[in-house]
Amino acid sequence: MSDPHHEPHVFPLGRKPGELLFCAAFLIFAAAVLAMMSWQTSWLPSAGLAAQPRLWPALSLGGMALFGAILWARTFRTMRTPGRWQEAAQWMRSLEFVGWYVLYVLAIPVIGYLPATILFCVLLTLRLGYRSRLALISAFAFALFVVLTFKTAFNVKIPGGALYELAPEGLRYILIRYF
Amino acid sequence: MDLLLSSIDIIARWDVIAAIVVGSIGGVLVGSLPGVGAAVAIAIMLPATFMLEPIVGLTALLGVYGSSMFGGAIPAILVNTPGTPVNALTTYDGFPMTQRGEARRALALAYSASFFGGIFSIICLMLFAPILAKVAPMFGAREIFLAALLGIVLVVLNHRGQVLAAAMLACFGIFLQTIGLEGTGYTQRYTFGQGWLQNGIDLIVVVLGIFAISQALVLFLDKDKNFPMPTVGKKGFFKVMGELWVFRRLALVGSSFGVFCGMIPGVGEFMSQFMSYSYAQRTSKTPELFGKGNPEGLVASEAANNSVPPAAMVPLLALGIPGEELTAMMLAVFYVHNVIPGPQLFANEMDFILALYLCLIILNVLVVLFLFFATDTLMKVMLIPNRFLGMMILTFSLIGVYSLRNSLSDVFVASGFGVFGMILKRLDYPTSPVILGIVLGGLMEDKLRTAMARVQTPLDFIDRPIAFILFCMIVFALLLHGWTMWKARRGDTIDELHSDSRSEG
Repeated sequence: MSDPHHEPHVFPLGRKPGELLFCAAFLIFAAAVLAMMSWQTSWLPSAGLAAQPRLWPALSLGGMALFGAILWARTFRTMRTPGRWQEAAQWMRSLEFVGWYVLYVLAIPVIGYLPATILFCVLLTLRLGYRSRLALISAFAFALFVVLTFKTAFNVKIPGGALYELAPEGLRYILIRYF
Repeated sequence: MDLLLSSIDIIARWDVIAAIVVGSIGGVLVGSLPGVGAAVAIAIMLPATFMLEPIVGLTALLGVYGSSMFGGAIPAILVNTPGTPVNALTTYDGFPMTQRGEARRALALAYSASFFGGIFSIICLMLFAPILAKVAPMFGAREIFLAALLGIVLVVLNHRGQVLAAAMLACFGIFLQTIGLEGTGYTQRYTFGQGWLQNGIDLIVVVLGIFAISQALVLFLDKDKNFPMPTVGKKGFFKVMGELWVFRRLALVGSSFGVFCGMIPGVGEFMSQFMSYSYAQRTSKTPELFGKGNPEGLVASEAANNSVPPAAMVPLLALGIPGEELTAMMLAVFYVHNVIPGPQLFANEMDFILALYLCLIILNVLVVLFLFFATDTLMKVMLIPNRFLGMMILTFSLIGVYSLRNSLSDVFVASGFGVFGMILKRLDYPTSPVILGIVLGGLMEDKLRTAMARVQTPLDFIDRPIAFILFCMIVFALLLHGWTMWKARRGDTIDELHSDSRSEG
């Protein structure tokens, strides 16, 4: 019998960096949530099995744990590709952009949707390494387009900024309502 | 005839026409951008459509869904990078044709095959509609439960080489929909005493996290790609499109595969394309040229993938069962407007269904006309740097997440799912089972509870013909998979984890 690990193949036979780590984390999560079942779900003595509030959490978590365990075991047996912790570092790196996103959301009720969007787009463009005038103008124009389309034209429900309260009477309403 | 007039009356409004135009042109645009795709666009558009009437919102989403594959063929053919995952097979023969200097011919063939597939599928479904309207009321609670279960099973089994991961993630989706206050005994499930979890985890928040935010994060962590832009040539598309007549048999068979696969929940574009492509290769006089720029392969692939979206609307509209993530997102629009898809809708509001199909015909015509004149401009869209695109996606996604309830917890949940989705994408794990698990899990729980109240023994559950057929299909699908795995193990050729196509919708 030939060793499949040494045969040429169009798709890599080794597991991807970080795959085992993800499987292990998922399995631990499934096991932890499964262990909480007795106090996070109820069993109604008068109801039949299909009407039990616990049935579907039990089935789904059971499936997560079962398939997760088999997947972990299969992944464990597969040839390793080095770079697990570098990959985990990449996952952590993405949190920086999540931070930008959360800051953007937090800024909206304070400085308003239009200024927050312009700042977010232009600063993130700079952070991503685009320094050309074209890139910055594009980011600014895009931010303006988003606000004018969604808040001004479609009146999407996004709160006005506290900063707008400082504007003169007539302008204040327009800013809160449309920008 | 009355039915047709009534359907025309539904769509003969400026807002519906505007939705078709915006949806179809927007779909082509996002399709032609490698790294965006219809799922991201629909996820972003979804909350905005809640403000619109069902027909308007659905038309806009249908526009994106039905036209993104047209646009996806452009980068697949010109720069060997599929715009949407379902255009992957188009690269096999489309790009070698470009390398031979036949880019315009390849594009024209792809457009005409896609157009043929789309129109063929819609006509088939319009003809089937009266039959479906008769069959749909035969689906009771147990049949819908079994059809949803079949959908989940097929979605999982169709991720060849990733079945375990898909099953694990589908179960995760089912678990997510159980969180919150449940409707029968009014008990809490996994709320940990937190008020914001009482209403459960919003599907839209998860969708935006897993499809939009995750894609932005993936693009941020990647390097920008520079595509060498080929010369397309000046010859008119109209002249080249007539060549489809030479490949009419392949276009017809490919489209039929698309209709067939689209109607079965969980099967969809990938299976139809592979079936169509294999058929084309098997029956070709020059099978050795497949993958080296054979127009037959291009026609087979494009006709099959574009005939799926109209067909995929059948299980969604007739049974309320989405076959993949895009139709799952559309189901959310129905629920928001309190239009419950299912046998009743199909039986009583056939004019609404027909109106949707008419919209699809119009959008196919619009898209082809748009592509004739705008292909050269669309090629420039591909030059937008990837990470700049990520910034745009993140900005758009905020509108959906934050405008739902102005809730910071929604933003955190969406960001969490964004990171989760990003990890799945980087590991090439499928994301669609999570969404289908959420949608179909809730449906299965509800229907099983209703059905079990009316049966005495477990065997009664399958004593009706359609229930029995669906049950047999589930057993057959599982046995077939088991047999395939057993055969592969004996041959020692397939490693379940890493051997097969990691195609992902």
